Amino acid sequence: MDIKAYIVLALTLFTIGIIGVLVRRNAIIIFMCVELMLNAVNLLLVAFSKMHAVSAAVKASPTYASDAQIFVFFIMIVAAAEVSVGLAIIVMLYRNTHSVDVNFLNRLKN
Amino acid sequence: MNITTLSFILLSIMAIGSAVMMIRSKSPVHSILWLIIVFFAISGHYVLLNAQFLAIVNIIVYAGAIMVLFLFVVMLMNLNAETEPVKNYRLQLIGVISGGALLLILLSALMKMNSQQMVQMKIGDPGLISNLGKVLFTNYILPFELSSILFLSAMIGAVVIGKKD
Amino acid sequence: MSNVLQIAWLIPILPLIGFIINGAGRNNLSKGVSGFIGSAVVFASFLLSIYVFIQVKNGHTDVLHYFNFINIESLKIAFDFKLDQLSSLFLLIITGVGFLIHVYSTSYMHEEPAKDFAKYFAFLNLFVFSMLLLVMGANYVIMFIGWEGVGLCSYLLIGYWFRNNDYTIAAKKAFIMNRIGDLGFLLAVFWLIAKVGTVSFDEVFSTVNLAKLTLTDKTGITLLLFIGATGKSAQIPLYTWLPDAMAGPTPVSALIHAATMVTAGIYMIARSNILYTMAPLTQGVIAIVGLATAVLAATIALKQNDIKKVLAYSTVSQLGIMFLGLGVGAYTGAVFHVMTHAFFKALLFLGAGSVIHAMSGEQDMRNMGGLKKHMNITHLTFLLGCLAIAGMPPFSGFFSKDEILAAAYANNPLLWGIGVITAMMTAFYMFRLYAMTFLGKFRGTHDQEHHLHESPFAMTFPLIILALLAVIGGWVGIPEVFMHGGHKLEAFLEPVFANTNEYVNAHHPHEHLSPSKEYILMGVSVAGALIALLYAWNKFSKYEKTELPSTGFAKLLENKWYVDEIYQSIIIQPLRSLSVFFNNVIEKKGIDGFVNGTGKAVNYGSRQLRWLQSGQVGAYVLLMVIGILVLFIIQLFL
Repeated sequence: MDIKAYIVLALTLFTIGIIGVLVRRNAIIIFMCVELMLNAVNLLLVAFSKMHAVSAAVKASPTYASDAQIFVFFIMIVAAAEVSVGLAIIVMLYRNTHSVDVNFLNRLKN
Repeated sequence: MNITTLSFILLSIMAIGSAVMMIRSKSPVHSILWLIIVFFAISGHYVLLNAQFLAIVNIIVYAGAIMVLFLFVVMLMNLNAETEPVKNYRLQLIGVISGGALLLILLSALMKMNSQQMVQMKIGDPGLISNLGKVLFTNYILPFELSSILFLSAMIGAVVIGKKD
Repeated sequence: MSNVLQIAWLIPILPLIGFIINGAGRNNLSKGVSGFIGSAVVFASFLLSIYVFIQVKNGHTDVLHYFNFINIESLKIAFDFKLDQLSSLFLLIITGVGFLIHVYSTSYMHEEPAKDFAKYFAFLNLFVFSMLLLVMGANYVIMFIGWEGVGLCSYLLIGYWFRNNDYTIAAKKAFIMNRIGDLGFLLAVFWLIAKVGTVSFDEVFSTVNLAKLTLTDKTGITLLLFIGATGKSAQIPLYTWLPDAMAGPTPVSALIHAATMVTAGIYMIARSNILYTMAPLTQGVIAIVGLATAVLAATIALKQNDIKKVLAYSTVSQLGIMFLGLGVGAYTGAVFHVMTHAFFKALLFLGAGSVIHAMSGEQDMRNMGGLKKHMNITHLTFLLGCLAIAGMPPFSGFFSKDEILAAAYANNPLLWGIGVITAMMTAFYMFRLYAMTFLGKFRGTHDQEHHLHESPFAMTFPLIILALLAVIGGWVGIPEVFMHGGHKLEAFLEPVFANTNEYVNAHHPHEHLSPSKEYILMGVSVAGALIALLYAWNKFSKYEKTELPSTGFAKLLENKWYVDEIYQSIIIQPLRSLSVFFNNVIEKKGIDGFVNGTGKAVNYGSRQLRWLQSGQVGAYVLLMVIGILVLFIIQLFL
């Protein structure tokens, strides 16, 4: 597969995530869009990890090009932690405002 | 067109279509379900790339744990389509336009790139569990252990924030 | 060798001390004390000046270094005094005549309150100090300090009776006219620094540095310096302040006109003689301006009725003659005339002061007459002064004026012709003044006649001394044709003008006038002056007061060629309208509009931009995306 195909796919997913963030007001949906963007990046990382596996010397090692995938793994870890805290905040927000509309967050202004 | 290319195209269509549906559907529950389909499609891509470990982890952590957590919260709050007020139409349009413009710019930048690099689909085994495990527990042992502390603190944070005061 | 002159720093310092004592103690000092201090310090300076003069005459010239006044990278301006033939001669004139004027003032200003009296003497001392600094400075910057100082002091003294608004305006006029000239001086100094990198006389006039200056530089610098001189020495176009300077007390007029201030310009040009000699264009300008001033002022003086105004215009006219001398290269003649002029003009002014004193402040000559009977000493000394200024041999004015006229003839006979006409006019108006004041019968009120008296000794004493000097002062410069080696002054000043003489001889040698020709020239000018003198004597000794307003040309002269009015309408009025325009349009609409507009724009802009800071998360994210978009565009496509 051409690497460009993966880049296009990842970019498309990423942009959809951005559009979602821009057009939706529901905090949970926005949060999910962020997750989508993270996944788009993950996909690209994995694709790149397979692209660079060319050098014979490197190929000899069984663990060559694993770093990118380890990165993805850590991104997932961070995402999981982030989701737990973020959802807690949303619950808190809902409890206080009875809404998950991000526009109500403008109270931070004062 | 071989089977790999075909599956790539199918999975891509599935991912993009589901993503679009996710941001379009009114009900948060539907959005979550659509997103889960996106994650499955991405896991399929991982399989195509011979990154078996990540494919599994993606399904377990994202589609399984995280999305269930979302679903749980949505259902807890009993959100449905009507709860979300209609957003300013003009602002929505601007959002779509600027997002589309971003995509176009990035794509046009990509078009200028004249690389013929290919991604190896089936060969190469950095994504195998044994190899990843070796790297993870040798080179990346410290971040790995630190991530457990991150989880601990996230858990405590979630509890503290969610506690009724 | 330098030790003998080391004491010279006391010469300017003493009047400064007098200024400080009189100025600080003006509320406590009695009139006698402040008058004594004021006169004594100048007298001490005078004695020191005599000492310095004798030393210089014996060949001990020197530049005394005290400290570095300005010390910047390559520019070092030292606080130096230069004592040579020229400056020592001026020192004598300044302190000598200055001292006599101080003595005179103690009596003349007697009716002033003690506080103002001390203030007056403080200013006089400061004036003398500034003038000494000007003369002794060894570079243009020190000279400029004195130059500014005399400008300031003239302002203070002309406006001495500052409660009278007209006098204050006259003081301001003097100051502003001087400032215009000072700007020229300053520019010339900057030009010098830019081209030569030094302002010290010795260095600037050295052959090496003169070679650095192109002809344009020399002409430009000398012209700018000359503009400065026109301000200080009251030449066209900046002369109008001098007649108005009569607003000050009469001794001040004497001081300004005779000993200090107006001679500054002459001194400066005589000091820079080599520069001027090397710039023929400037010399021509000076000669023409000087002659024009001489004629203009002389014509105005013909019809003035205020005794001090006549003298003022005669000063302007005489200064014009001096500049003519400078312009035709007769530096010695100009300096000589400064000296003799200092004697007889101080004498005339002090004499006029004595008359005014006797007339209880009356200055209009039409109300005088017949004072001969009442004021013997004043009358006699005044007559001697008039004869001297009219150029009658063997009085001092004859020698100096004829030296200049002879040099003018050598340059261009036309200059000589106009000069002689000026001299005739001078004789005419001076004897008109004399006849109207002292001859005929008294035309004032009865009270005034009753009050007429000879002035006290403190006032007549300076008159006598000055009259003596006015008579014999010219004998130091007897022309060669009369007596071989008679021109002692020229021999004395020879080192100062050595460079110039060398240059002149090398480039276009002087053709000496033949003795017979010189006799003829002298004869013509003396005869002309004598005719004018006798005519005026005859005509005005029988002067009767008429109420007829003068007409035609006489009216033009009486109104001083309307020069003040012309300045008013050509310069002041447009300036005023321009400032009104600037005030109303540029200031209010332009600058204020710009400043207020900036404020309004910021205010308006922030009110609009406030909507960006909405607190809406969605809007923020949108802006962020747009920002990223812009950055990408810049990064990828530009």
